[in-house]
Amino acid sequence: MSAPQWKNPVVKWIDHRLPIFTMTHHSLVDYPTPRNLSYWWSFGSLAGVILVIMIATGVFLAMHYTPHVDLAFDSVERIMRDVNFGWLLRYLHMNGASMFFLVVYIHIFRGLYYGSYKAPRELLWIIGLLIFLAMMATAFVGYTLPWGQMSFWGATVITNLFSVIPFFGDAIVEWLWGGFAVDNPTLNRFFSLHYLLPFIIFGLVFLHLWALHEHKSNNPLGIDIKGPQDTIPFHPYYTVKDFFGLGVFLIIYLGFTFFAPNFFGEPDNYIEANALVTPAHIVPEWYFLPFYAILRAVPDNFIDVWGILPVIVSAKTAGVILMFGSIVLLAFLPWLDRSRVRSAKFRPVYKYLFWLFFADCILLGYVGGQPAEGLMLLIGRLATLYYFVHLLVFMPLLGKFEKAAPLPESISAAVTSAGAKA
Amino acid sequence: MADTTVPTGHGHDEDSSRRDFLLTSTVVVGGAGVIAAALPFIDYMNPSADVLALASLEFDLSGVEEGQSITVMWRKKPVFIRRRTSTEIKEAEEVPLSQLKDPQPDSERVEKPEWLVMVGICTHLGCIPKGQAPGDPKGEYGGWFCPCHGSHYDTSGRIRKGPAPRNLEVPPYEFTGDTTILIG
Ligand code: HEM
Ligand code: FES
Repeated sequence: MSAPQWKNPVVKWIDHRLPIFTMTHHSLVDYPTPRNLSYWWSFGSLAGVILVIMIATGVFLAMHYTPHVDLAFDSVERIMRDVNFGWLLRYLHMNGASMFFLVVYIHIFRGLYYGSYKAPRELLWIIGLLIFLAMMATAFVGYTLPWGQMSFWGATVITNLFSVIPFFGDAIVEWLWGGFAVDNPTLNRFFSLHYLLPFIIFGLVFLHLWALHEHKSNNPLGIDIKGPQDTIPFHPYYTVKDFFGLGVFLIIYLGFTFFAPNFFGEPDNYIEANALVTPAHIVPEWYFLPFYAILRAVPDNFIDVWGILPVIVSAKTAGVILMFGSIVLLAFLPWLDRSRVRSAKFRPVYKYLFWLFFADCILLGYVGGQPAEGLMLLIGRLATLYYFVHLLVFMPLLGKFEKAAPLPESISAAVTSAGAKA
Repeated sequence: MADTTVPTGHGHDEDSSRRDFLLTSTVVVGGAGVIAAALPFIDYMNPSADVLALASLEFDLSGVEEGQSITVMWRKKPVFIRRRTSTEIKEAEEVPLSQLKDPQPDSERVEKPEWLVMVGICTHLGCIPKGQAPGDPKGEYGGWFCPCHGSHYDTSGRIRKGPAPRNLEVPPYEFTGDTTILIG
């Protein structure tokens, strides 16, 4: 690609010293993009827009928020009632978190369907998972800030997970709390971290895009770009497409914000935190539910069945290991999946297994929101088992036994009439 | 090139081993410095002196009747104090240790059998078990029941059923009078 010629003397002067305009031009204007991207490829840029919205609304919320156990709840209520447009900023931030996860989940499943995690994009995928982990940490500490009942008890239950660490567990939990229970020091540090983490996410996004631009986007066919005939410039083709996607997204996001702002929330979080009363039914935010289901899936007498294991792991420890394992395992997917074909379009068996896996995750999410007893517990266990079997057994085996359909010769051959004739 | 004043790193053995030594020692000393500098930051997050200072408190139990429970706050944690009935004491003492998940005789968990004192925090993930108020569910073993994930505790606060791994913790305490107790 030729370097753009800048006419404006100021731009020219700056660009000569710091080629920021040239860089932007290369990555957003003449950036060569596969010509066949569908709307599933709009979710990455959407996630970026939401990150900016979260930082903008968050920085302003922080101007009226007080991170103290006696004042936090009231300060959020004050933001809602007395501060000009406080209700708007808070509802944008609250629903923005849900939208962020919704969009990122779609983005991740897109990657799973089209095999975007395979060589040479393994690191791109892993950085994406790091972003996902950082998002979970950010949302978890953020949810503590309004200091409602769910804030307090969610923080208590999740920090207690670390007590399973052998020998140092209890000391680590007290260190996380800065006391002997979730209390003012905890709230303060969570606020500090909640301010910090989004900027770390920002840095990770930068690395994510750097890795992306090295090998360019994958595409619905999952085959490599072979030459200029396979690509079109990002601008105007995908700027327009992404803007249209953004419009649709904003209708949904603002629809919730204005017409059902508490749809994703828990009514219990409008009761101020009380260290003496545990709510009857503690549920995390919806985006954590599949992981919560996995956490609770390990049978209590699992230990007895295994005989020797009790010395090493209790049911509680096993649940925690499985929960973290369910995410860590995704990082190994590029190597667990032995198939060289990326897109599920050409994988007759994976095509169905993908949807089963998707359904399994939804099922886990449903179970995670129900009390862990009876039938729900059983379904949760089976769904957890399937999650791991899919990743650890089906993915490696498929690569061996699945016969992929023939791949098109090139992107342009598959998607343009000129290419088809040639 | 016959000779050069700029060391290339491929020169004399003696030079390069000196350079290796300098490099290694810089990394080691620098690394130790980084670790030493990190420690204050890590310890900064531990419970502070004022938090630790509230660590022991005295309570008056004279108003508690047999069969009643009270909850007091110690180190920001609820402490359950129950004046047990004789049936409850008998139940707690007669359970064979082989039936317990975290075996501990009742006598090890109390100073005076009448008074059961323990931290009211479920050893699973930290919820407050039910069973203090008269109308509360007390679980299948007549003690406490944690609604979060269904842990049942007996009349000695020992875990009998459910995901919690350990018995309810007994805090350090002593009776400073007939009905006054110092916790911590
Ligand atoms: C990755 C981006 C972010 C995510 C996913 C996120 C998530 C959340 C969540 C889930 C809540 C609880 C909302 C509620 O139920 O009330 C929250 C609250 C809050 N966040 Fe963020 N946040 C992000 C960025 C930021 C930033 C950059 C700041 C700047 C300081 C910030 C400041 C706040 C404040 C002050 C609150 C408490 C007020 C409230 O509860 O509405 N957030 N955040
Ligand atoms: S916290 Fe009590 S059973 Fe889980």
